[in-house]
Amino acid sequence: MNWETVIGLETHVQLSTKTKLFSRASTTFGANPNTNVNLVDCGLPGVLPSINKEAFYKAIRLGMAINAQINQTSIFDRKNYFYADLPKGYQITQMDLPIVLGGSIEIFLDGTTKKINITRAHLEEDAGKSIHDEYDGFSAIDLNRAGTPLLEIVSEPELSSAKEAVAYMKAMHQLVTYLDVSDGNMAQGSLRCDANVSIKKNGDKELGTRTEIKNINSFKFIEKAINFEIKRQIKVLESGEKVTQETRLYDSVKDETRPMRSKEFANDYRYFPEPDLLPVIISDEEMSKIKDEFPELPNEKEARYQKQFKLSAYDAQIIASSKSMADFFESAANQTKNYTLLSNWLIGEVSAYLNKELIEISESKLNVDNLAMLINRIDDQTISGKIGKTIFEEMCINGTSPDEIIESKGLKQISDDGAIEQIIDTVIKDNSAQVKAYLEGKDKLFGFFVGQVMKLTQGKANPTSVNTILKEKLKK
Amino acid sequence: MSIQFKSIVELRGMLDEKLISASELTQETLQLAKKYQELNCFVTMNDEVATKKASGIIPSDEISSWLEGMPLAQKDLFCTKGLRTTCSSKILADFIPPYTATAVEKLEDAGAITIGKTNMDEFAMGSSNETSFFGNVHNPWKKGYVPGGSSGGSAAAVAAGIVPAATGTDTGGSIRQPAAHCGITGLKPTYGRVSRWGMIAFASSLDQAGPLARTAEDCAILLNSMSGYDSKDTTSLNSDVPDFLANINQPIDGVKIGIIKEFNLGELDSEVQARFEESIKTYEKLGAQFVEVSLPNISASVPTYYSIAPAECSSNLSRFDGVRFGHRAENTDDLNDLYIKSRSEGFGDEVKRRILIGTYALSAGYYDAYYKKAQQVRRLIKNDFDHVFQSVDILMTPTSPNTAFKFGSKGTQNPVELYLEDLFTISSNLAGLPAISIPHGQVNSLPAGLQLIGNFLKEDQLLNAAHLFQKNSDFHLAQPNLEDFS
Repeated sequence: MNWETVIGLETHVQLSTKTKLFSRASTTFGANPNTNVNLVDCGLPGVLPSINKEAFYKAIRLGMAINAQINQTSIFDRKNYFYADLPKGYQITQMDLPIVLGGSIEIFLDGTTKKINITRAHLEEDAGKSIHDEYDGFSAIDLNRAGTPLLEIVSEPELSSAKEAVAYMKAMHQLVTYLDVSDGNMAQGSLRCDANVSIKKNGDKELGTRTEIKNINSFKFIEKAINFEIKRQIKVLESGEKVTQETRLYDSVKDETRPMRSKEFANDYRYFPEPDLLPVIISDEEMSKIKDEFPELPNEKEARYQKQFKLSAYDAQIIASSKSMADFFESAANQTKNYTLLSNWLIGEVSAYLNKELIEISESKLNVDNLAMLINRIDDQTISGKIGKTIFEEMCINGTSPDEIIESKGLKQISDDGAIEQIIDTVIKDNSAQVKAYLEGKDKLFGFFVGQVMKLTQGKANPTSVNTILKEKLKK
Repeated sequence: MSIQFKSIVELRGMLDEKLISASELTQETLQLAKKYQELNCFVTMNDEVATKKASGIIPSDEISSWLEGMPLAQKDLFCTKGLRTTCSSKILADFIPPYTATAVEKLEDAGAITIGKTNMDEFAMGSSNETSFFGNVHNPWKKGYVPGGSSGGSAAAVAAGIVPAATGTDTGGSIRQPAAHCGITGLKPTYGRVSRWGMIAFASSLDQAGPLARTAEDCAILLNSMSGYDSKDTTSLNSDVPDFLANINQPIDGVKIGIIKEFNLGELDSEVQARFEESIKTYEKLGAQFVEVSLPNISASVPTYYSIAPAECSSNLSRFDGVRFGHRAENTDDLNDLYIKSRSEGFGDEVKRRILIGTYALSAGYYDAYYKKAQQVRRLIKNDFDHVFQSVDILMTPTSPNTAFKFGSKGTQNPVELYLEDLFTISSNLAGLPAISIPHGQVNSLPAGLQLIGNFLKEDQLLNAAHLFQKNSDFHLAQPNLEDFS
């Protein structure tokens, strides 16, 4: 039998505000436990939330980018449940009047574009973290994350494969990083999703029973978790049983999804409007300010790169596709004139290195100054491109500047024609048999002579000069 | 010269004329509190800090602020840094807050000296102060009688003349009803006039802090300091705060006072009615005009209130789970067991009852019928008030249908009996309006209170009307015989 998959994603985006959604505590990642916590975050008796407008501005920016309706008056609600890392016994979220309503996002897969509609996006606070395995006989609670602003973006169930779901998350990642709405760091949980997955017979109008896979935080896991779940549901249905509507967790070690204990989600959340907060009203002035300060989006950047830096359409698209890469490119472009060489390096060596290490450019030891310097040294023929690759490797390991490496290792290119001529003369003298063969028509030996020259100069001879002079000498 | 039963204005005079030092005033206040400890007004005394602060106040010839060196008592629902704050609950019996409520902080910044924290109904849930974990408070006018609630300790401490004034909070009448039962003046300001930061929440959309004092004048002095926008409370009002004291001596010729038809005052105890009729006459002599007005939805106030307030309370009290602060049960099996036991042991019956009612009202399938419906009715009640305030300036009712009653005589079999005590006070909380209770005589040797309800932000009108009443009567000067308590 043929099955169709229907997937809807709920994406949690941690907004990159300096302080929390309802308190002025810092949101810095990785601080010591319970240090980014104030009276409000730990839910002391008598404390009250106050609004961080910055979170609203970021949410609105995203809403504008996906052509959604922005509710300039939005309200908060309480979602009530008990958990040890939920200090107030309720989460402040948005139910009836979310800040963002509707809109759509384009995803790219195998050369085609598909539009996915967005249901809504609402602001809410994150909970703290329970730690169960670090202290014998005790659970520990870290409230650093409690109150961190999240934007939950709910898609319509319009994705039809795990690959599309990944493409959607990649588009979302590009969008939130471009808009400076979030750092998009999935490993740190800044971007994660819940996937609602169901299957139905080909052509059926009615949707099948869905399951929700909670808290998936990498592109790879999204694909694996959804694919596992699709196979599981097909197996259930084909054996004549029914899919149970439930919440499941993905175990990346075993590569499977498992139902969560019913206790963890069987709640009546008793939503009601948060009485401690008045409706939040965003003025028309604030709206136009957000519009005026709208950051440049990938397609706009792409066009500009072709015009301003004369990059090829292909190069411009690749560089503009990642916000961090584009930022790096533009900073480096201030320090070098050879934009093509710069973009070649970013797309080639730099991307290969980052992919190998699975890191973002900002997390690497590469910096703008060093890469620009390297490009300049190749451009001004101080070094060859090949030597450049050796230097690049060392830059990546130690963060040392190219000039230092060139100096300390004596890698400066020999471009002095006189010096190169001397070396070529030596090579010709020492390899008379090969010279003879070459002159008799064995053209392929030309490479051998170049190799010999490079060997004697430890690769430092300017390849162009070597070629020219060698050709001259071997004619005679 | 004794300081007992003195008002703030009188004590200010004594301080400024150097008849007494701030230090002596605090010491005498602390001694009075000790002398009448059988009243059980206080949960925690602040002897050391109060003594130290008072001794730091050096007499000078400069005109000081009204509250400089003035001893005050704070309801034990305001967080006070370093000073135990219990909400009269076992669950917070050992809670020492790391910060101070804005309202208290403002009073202390103005020079007031917090001498202790006053007893109350547990988490402000009650109208008789009988739900306190720390025991009943006696009405200074009659031993074994309730002082009213929930700000019963504050009202009794002022009525017994221990402190000239105290803070209270009012969610459905918790300032005005105990003020009435104890024969003092109590003001519930407009919702949002005073910051709720640091006030342990009962029902967020109804809670409001205010003063209890011997006179309307003293209430104005306290309100001047307590009021104002607070960025830490987004529901506090960003409106100008007038000088309430300066505006207190205006004539009320032609002021229109409404009597609410739906309250059927004719069905009340005849003595309560008689006091009310007399007060109408007093105001008529002062030039006010009386008209009967109709608020068609006001009779739904009590059921509306008892849907909304418990709903908010059920959520607000979720944070008392034994995890971060407050009472934690021992020998628990798992997290759920910890919650169940800590909360079962920590909360009293009335608090549990309201959490249950509220949880029910918010539950899936019941929300629309209870909570949502109640909010709609609340809107109608507010519209009724908006409508009548187009034609009158003030509304007048008795504060309470009855005077103080005996311990254990009401609500033990049927809690609703006690809920009806709030009949006249609840609607102004639902509408967010200011209201004041002033003493207007006695019924069976117990004080009776007169309530004036004002329009949005019109505390100045209420204080003015109350002050004129007190200038033309001496009910507020009556003093209880405290022989039974010392």
